[in-house]
Amino acid sequence: MALADVDLRIPGGSLVCFVGPSGCGKTTLLRIIAGLETPTSGHLLLGERDLTRVPVHRRDVGMVFQSYALFPHLSVAENVAYGLRIRGVAKRERLARAFELLALVQLPDVATKRVSQLSGGMRQRVAMARALALDPALFLLDEPLSALDAKLREGMQVELRRLQRRVGITTIIVTHDQEEAMAMADLVVVMGDNRVQQVGPPLDIYRRPVNRFVANFVGRNNFLPARVVAPGTVEVAGVRAEVVEGADLPSVGSELTVAARPEALNVYPTAPAGPALRGTVTMVRDLGWTVETRVRVGDQELVVSGANVAVADGDEVWVALPTSGLVALNA
Amino acid sequence: MSTRPAASLAPMDTGASDHRGDGPWPHALLAWPTLALTLLFVVPLGIIAALGFFRRIQAGFFEVAFVTDNYARALDAFHLERLAVSVVLALVATLATLVVAVPFTFLLTRRPRARQVPYLVLVLASLSLSEVIVAFAWSLLLSRTSGISNLLVSLGLMDAAASWSPGLWAVLLAYVFIALPLAILSLYPTFSRLDQELPEAAGTMGAAPLVGFVTVVLPLVQRAVAATGALVFIFVLGAYVIPQTLGRPAQWTIPVHITDQAIMKNHLPLAASLAIVLLVASSLIALAIVAIGSGRLPRIALPGRAR
Repeated sequence: MALADVDLRIPGGSLVCFVGPSGCGKTTLLRIIAGLETPTSGHLLLGERDLTRVPVHRRDVGMVFQSYALFPHLSVAENVAYGLRIRGVAKRERLARAFELLALVQLPDVATKRVSQLSGGMRQRVAMARALALDPALFLLDEPLSALDAKLREGMQVELRRLQRRVGITTIIVTHDQEEAMAMADLVVVMGDNRVQQVGPPLDIYRRPVNRFVANFVGRNNFLPARVVAPGTVEVAGVRAEVVEGADLPSVGSELTVAARPEALNVYPTAPAGPALRGTVTMVRDLGWTVETRVRVGDQELVVSGANVAVADGDEVWVALPTSGLVALNA
Repeated sequence: MSTRPAASLAPMDTGASDHRGDGPWPHALLAWPTLALTLLFVVPLGIIAALGFFRRIQAGFFEVAFVTDNYARALDAFHLERLAVSVVLALVATLATLVVAVPFTFLLTRRPRARQVPYLVLVLASLSLSEVIVAFAWSLLLSRTSGISNLLVSLGLMDAAASWSPGLWAVLLAYVFIALPLAILSLYPTFSRLDQELPEAAGTMGAAPLVGFVTVVLPLVQRAVAATGALVFIFVLGAYVIPQTLGRPAQWTIPVHITDQAIMKNHLPLAASLAIVLLVASSLIALAIVAIGSGRLPRIALPGRAR
């Protein structure tokens, strides 16, 4: 697998998520940062220090592996204290530190147990405690929550974020789950096709995706073919609307794609004021926290999410385009 | 990945209990290998053990009797010294084989599977060479007239061709050569199941590759290494063409003397009693190797580290 054009600056003390579909190169990038893989070209700097050719065991990184990679022949405390043992810290001292770290990840009572006696969630915490034992400069986590069930995963997201704030360590998390990235990160790095697609704070990525890949991967989106009719204004299916977000608009007369989030659209049984598209309802799903309405407009199906306005399958409706929230996309 | 061993163990457990109480059918299936084992192993072994008590007839064969002379001779000072030499040689060869096979197999299993195949084919192919071919090939390769030393002389690395056989080193070399493919194939399954992320995790915690290997990989594979050691030990201890062809009389092991008694001196009862002594000794030592490998003995041997 090859990675291309990765130019990233990660601010100290922040939590960064590499997010992308499987096979996009995010794990490779993490392994290059950890020193488990060597890039064919390019440089990796930690502060002023060039790490590019430094072997993994001299890099000062703590890593949580996807499999957790806990040592089955050692007890939980010995696992956490492993790095200290390698450094030659005395047994009493390193076990004391292990207990401290296990308390930090809220696992005070499992120190003498075997790894095989722990649940998945517990193993996850032990792996984090172990990775933090040497006070590393970088805390790396490869899909740390993917093996946990949905409920536990959500709890761990909050806990991981709290832990990171308390320790104040620069952290990089690799995940395929964009919601997880949005929920935890200071900075999201969206990756696809072995390159970085967009870097920014979660809300920026969500509100102003720069291209179709990001708009499609992060959250859900409707894509509408459009044409620029005036500076800042596009025409979608014969309706003029303003574009306020996203990439710079190309020159007047050129074609482009605009994106609209399901929650930025609204369904009306009668023609609303402002730009709207006419269509037919194909499906209504009440999901409890929102109602999802699918509307066929021309040869396209739009997904609208919002308060129920009492429409049913087959109804003729108008889909109102947002006054803000229509996003212009590159490519 | 950490859940994989548990997942693979579970079906094995249920599989074992499934066979219990399945009626006569599994027993009938077991009857055939039991019969084969009895006919091909237990009966011949019994004959050999009994043969050890028969009386030899000078310039003839033997007659059925019950004498203890043969076992007494098999355990006399000369033969015990030969037994000790055989065991030490086999132990040294086993250790040397493991020192090569363990890192080789570890590094091999870290490579992509497609790249492993040519090596495995090569290893399997070298298994097909019999001890006789290996012994004579090495005696040729180590000879002064047509051996490797001539190559080194022509490369300017040596002044004059030398004879490296027969001798201790020639015997050990050939032992390792025949045992190596066996050891690699025996270690391979365990090493290829080892989670690749475990040594990597050791690396992220400051362990240099060798330190990670010793502190993480070795403890996890020690049982497989011990079992392989026992296998190699027994295999090497049974070889007789190699010490006979590549060794001086000082390296002639018990199997060489068994051959000598059985074929040259026509003393079958002594050969049989020597074989039984060798079998008992090698079994005991192989069991000890496995026990040490599974960590049962060091705690007794090193009371200071016991907890």
